[in-house]
Amino acid sequence: MPIIATQPSVRVVTLRIDGQDLSAREDETIIEVCRENKIPIPSLCWMEGLSVVGACRLCMVEVAGQNRLLAACATRVAEGMEITTNSEKLQRYRRTLVELLFAERNHVCSVCVSNGHCELQWLANTCGVDHVRMPYRNSGYAVDSTHEMFRVDHNRCVLCTRCVRVCDEIEGAHTWDVMGRGSDCQVITDLAKPWGESDTCTSCGKCVQVCPTGALVKQGTSVGEMVKDQHFLPILARRRSAR
Amino acid sequence: MSRTICIDPVTRIEGHARISLQLADSGEVEDAKFHLTQFRGFEKFCEGRPYREMPALTARTCGICPVSHLLASNKACDDLLAVTIPPTAEKLRRIMNLAQLLQSHALSFFHLSSPDLLLGWDSDPAKRNIFGVMAKDPELAKQGIKLRQIGQTIIEILGGKKIHPTWVVPGGVNEPLDSEKREAMLKMLPEALTIAKDTYGLFKTMVPKFKDEAEHFGTMPTMFLSLVSPKGQLEHYDGFIRIKDAQGRIVEDRVPPSDYPRIIGEAVEDFSYMKFPYYKPMGYPNGIYRVGPLARLNNAESCGTPFADVALAEFHMLQEDSGPVRSSFHYHYARLVEIIFAIETMQRLLKDPSILDTRVRSRARGNRNEGIGVSEAPRGILMHHYKIDDAGLINWVDLIIATGHNNLAMNQSIKQVADAYVDGNKLTEGMLNRVEAVIRCYDPCLSCASHAFGQMPLSIELKDASGTVIDRLVRDA
Repeated sequence: MPIIATQPSVRVVTLRIDGQDLSAREDETIIEVCRENKIPIPSLCWMEGLSVVGACRLCMVEVAGQNRLLAACATRVAEGMEITTNSEKLQRYRRTLVELLFAERNHVCSVCVSNGHCELQWLANTCGVDHVRMPYRNSGYAVDSTHEMFRVDHNRCVLCTRCVRVCDEIEGAHTWDVMGRGSDCQVITDLAKPWGESDTCTSCGKCVQVCPTGALVKQGTSVGEMVKDQHFLPILARRRSAR
Repeated sequence: MSRTICIDPVTRIEGHARISLQLADSGEVEDAKFHLTQFRGFEKFCEGRPYREMPALTARTCGICPVSHLLASNKACDDLLAVTIPPTAEKLRRIMNLAQLLQSHALSFFHLSSPDLLLGWDSDPAKRNIFGVMAKDPELAKQGIKLRQIGQTIIEILGGKKIHPTWVVPGGVNEPLDSEKREAMLKMLPEALTIAKDTYGLFKTMVPKFKDEAEHFGTMPTMFLSLVSPKGQLEHYDGFIRIKDAQGRIVEDRVPPSDYPRIIGEAVEDFSYMKFPYYKPMGYPNGIYRVGPLARLNNAESCGTPFADVALAEFHMLQEDSGPVRSSFHYHYARLVEIIFAIETMQRLLKDPSILDTRVRSRARGNRNEGIGVSEAPRGILMHHYKIDDAGLINWVDLIIATGHNNLAMNQSIKQVADAYVDGNKLTEGMLNRVEAVIRCYDPCLSCASHAFGQMPLSIELKDASGTVIDRLVRDA
């Protein structure tokens, strides 16, 4: 006898995104509805299967009646919402945000193991970043290559904290965390120990797979060879929430 | 009253440089210096990076010969891994290196130097460029462009792109060759060989016309340093270091490339950002040597391919005595011989059935803390030397670039040419063009840019000791 799944008592709302009439569950966020309906919204920190932090601000959208922009990843849909995802103003803001990410650290794509498979590079391409208008900070960040299997290059980190969340929420190890403020902010393992000396790291590699850039990579890869596989995450997240 | 002539920038070379000629009261040239005016800093900013980034990082040294850096760097990384790469990977790397040699030599000969050779040293500078060559001999210009295109296309077929491919990796290459690509390359090579042989034949007939230049363009006695194969043949990828002296006697032979620090030292002068490598046992600056096509052909006993061997025998006849060919003017000749060699060798390697083997990569992690990679770039021997920590991060780099090896020789050559041609009392454009032309013989690769052919602004000033300009020549951009 088949098991009948209990239907959650969630209401359905209707809304309009970029002139398109849509319906969605009221517990969904704008970015989830956009993804379901193949409406492109850029994002770096948001990832299906992880909690929401709303840090990168790339998914900002315009909502009619609101006098400020809202993060699509952190805003639930509501009845009658009218959303614009790709206005000229939003394009300008997104491009500037991506440029700031490039200016802050040293993302030299041409020599990166993730070259050609990098979400930041793809975003730059999508947002039309053909050059960076603000001066580069050119601050040198360390590379931690002490782990047997993986490497972290803080020069290429965008502080999306996907690694922190996947390690905590999915793997349950909480090896990764964030230390420092402003431009000194960086992800750390354990209490800022070298990764290779971490007592908590299980070497599962989930942090490496979810990292959008070449910050977390496998050892032994050469330029352009680091291709990440993120398909595991929604499956693991669903299984975890079903427990 | 001493005066200085400054040629700034030197045109039709790769990169940025200037030449200064110091004149005595009589107007004779007292001293000549070749200044590299750009600073890159690769050896310093590579520190702290993972060694696997080094091939791509150091390839950015140059846009003309990135493959040379890619290969030397990967060889240094192979050394760090302590692996022997699969034989097929070595053959594939050799093909890419020869394709690079072909395109770079074609660029040097046709695009940069043929305007001087075809149109004349004293011809109108506005026309003394590749466009002038196109106007005078369109077929030759077309052939030159075609030859370079074939070299670039082979690099693209193998590595995915013409400039800065990442196909060569520590341990081998990251993808085997398929038969379709092999056929595509083999199809292009007969045309390339025809062009190369025709150009060689043409230049051979032109050489007697340049007797005067051959006598004054860098004929000073120097040693010659290059790689040779274990059998003493022409070699561009591996082998041993051989040094011959100005009389053709072997000074060093069968020196493993990893032993280069024993024989090569690097001096620094305050007038140039380029170091001055020298042969250590003879000290600085007596340990002057030349590298590149001239040195390679002087050191090789044979090429090992039919047409190139004939051309090599004819090359040796350029020198009337039995010693090595000493004039740097004959770098041009040597380049054409090497182009023939490169095409013939690529044909041989591609026809080898084992070239399609799929085992093309050895995998390992860093097993040594020090690695040395040496190969022959188009302009001469190229050395990459890295030290890494136990985590695989670079903590020391030494790069000895082919053009650097020729630094002492280039400085002496411009002095010799200036002595022969420059009259400090009255400057002519053709006179100074010869000073630039001797530098072009070495085809120096000073950075990664080849600027507009002969169209860069050139300003030459003749000043007296008080700084008053007494004569001035200006070539507008």
